[in-house]
Amino acid sequence: MPDLTPLWLTLRIAACATVLAFGFAVAFAWLTARFNFWGRDFLDAVLTLPLVMPPTVLGYYLIVVWGRNGWLGGWLNAHFGISLMFTWQGAVLAATVVSFPLLFKSARAAFEGVSTEYEQAARILGDNELRVFFRITLPLAARGLLAGTMLAFARAMGDFGATLMVAGNIEGKTQTAAMAVFDAVQAGDYALANTLVAIMSVVCVTILVMTNRLASRGRAGR
Amino acid sequence: MRLEVDIKKTLQSGNRRFELEAAFSSQDDLTVIFGASGSGKSLTIQAIAGLVTPEQGRIVVGGETLFDDQQGVNLPARKRGVGYLFQDYALFPHLTVRENIGYPLKKGWFALSPDDRQEVTEIMAAFEISHLGASYPAELSGGQRQRVALARAMIKKPSILLLDEPFSALDSMLRHRMRMELLEIRQRFAVPLVVITHDPADVEVFGDTLVIFANGRVEEVSSRKKSATPESEGWREKVCWRAQWKKENLGAQRFVPVAGI
Repeated sequence: MPDLTPLWLTLRIAACATVLAFGFAVAFAWLTARFNFWGRDFLDAVLTLPLVMPPTVLGYYLIVVWGRNGWLGGWLNAHFGISLMFTWQGAVLAATVVSFPLLFKSARAAFEGVSTEYEQAARILGDNELRVFFRITLPLAARGLLAGTMLAFARAMGDFGATLMVAGNIEGKTQTAAMAVFDAVQAGDYALANTLVAIMSVVCVTILVMTNRLASRGRAGR
Repeated sequence: MRLEVDIKKTLQSGNRRFELEAAFSSQDDLTVIFGASGSGKSLTIQAIAGLVTPEQGRIVVGGETLFDDQQGVNLPARKRGVGYLFQDYALFPHLTVRENIGYPLKKGWFALSPDDRQEVTEIMAAFEISHLGASYPAELSGGQRQRVALARAMIKKPSILLLDEPFSALDSMLRHRMRMELLEIRQRFAVPLVVITHDPADVEVFGDTLVIFANGRVEEVSSRKKSATPESEGWREKVCWRAQWKKENLGAQRFVPVAGI
């Protein structure tokens, strides 16, 4: 039985990253979908950037910001003695950034698909903005949000470049499945590589099939 | 019931600019706002409901000031206590009929109290939709949707019910029946109605006070009681004829080329 530690680590990192990305993505998506403010298109572009940039470039940015001498990393290090570099939390950070745009884009489309008339009706019926969001906007956007979340999870699981830059490739600590496959192939351990690749493929195909189903049912209803 | 509106609102999108200057008042419990599409009548009731904020002016419903820029009063929509029937009803698609109607009663995040549940049951019986409780809006016919929307609007006993082209989504047979039902509801709940329409038949039924809009201005306000003394026969026909004439003329005006003929 091959060592499956990288797989569990990958799942843990991807799960944490998806939760984080979800929170930020929903907030920014709601903001950009519901308000027309100065610089909105620019903000959207910046938030989508991780989708098109090479992961290593992203990783470099993350080091600049979160590294021991980075803008935020330096502050964290000075005040709390914490550094995210070469830890699994650092890997979460990298995975969050690479998966964020997928969630953000789906969430924005989902929110824009919710007619503002429903929100207005809810206001007239006595709801404040918080209740409008949780009782109307979020439930009506749920399908799109869920589809985006699954895509983001799949992307977070598969990240290589950004994670390598920020968290390194430390066996048992920050070595994710994607890196374990790379190492296994380098070392000629094809049994381990095959196992990891097979599991990753099955998980990703499952996620994509479920996402497609959600999306098509979303179109049929409403 | 007194309704007083005197508002100014400018909408700008690109090069197109629309100016609304609406001033009218009504003492009657049945008020019709009549005008071609794009004349500003929808914007006016949206302002009454608090969905759009006028730049200046005043809105008073039954003695309560909902908006007054000089006094700095601008109640949010949720505190205005008005009922609003959207043109296509805006029933929440993810909630059942029961949940839609109980929506305004829900104060916390969890289930309705037994009293509130009882209230939902009663109003559903009053609107003859008791059998539809578990259905979703997508499964209902046009008339059923309208009843559900009315029940939802009425359950909190609004001080006034605003209706945006309430019958335009219905076929002509149903239209007549729903007009009669709406009059019944008015009687039963003793709620004043403001109906927006471009259909002269609505003017006939609901127009105790008739407000005619054109190009963002109030063109004419007439009250049936004043103009219709017992000896002045055929006032209904007159109102309807005039309404039809206005509709055709205003409709025609919109298509006259800029250069003129």
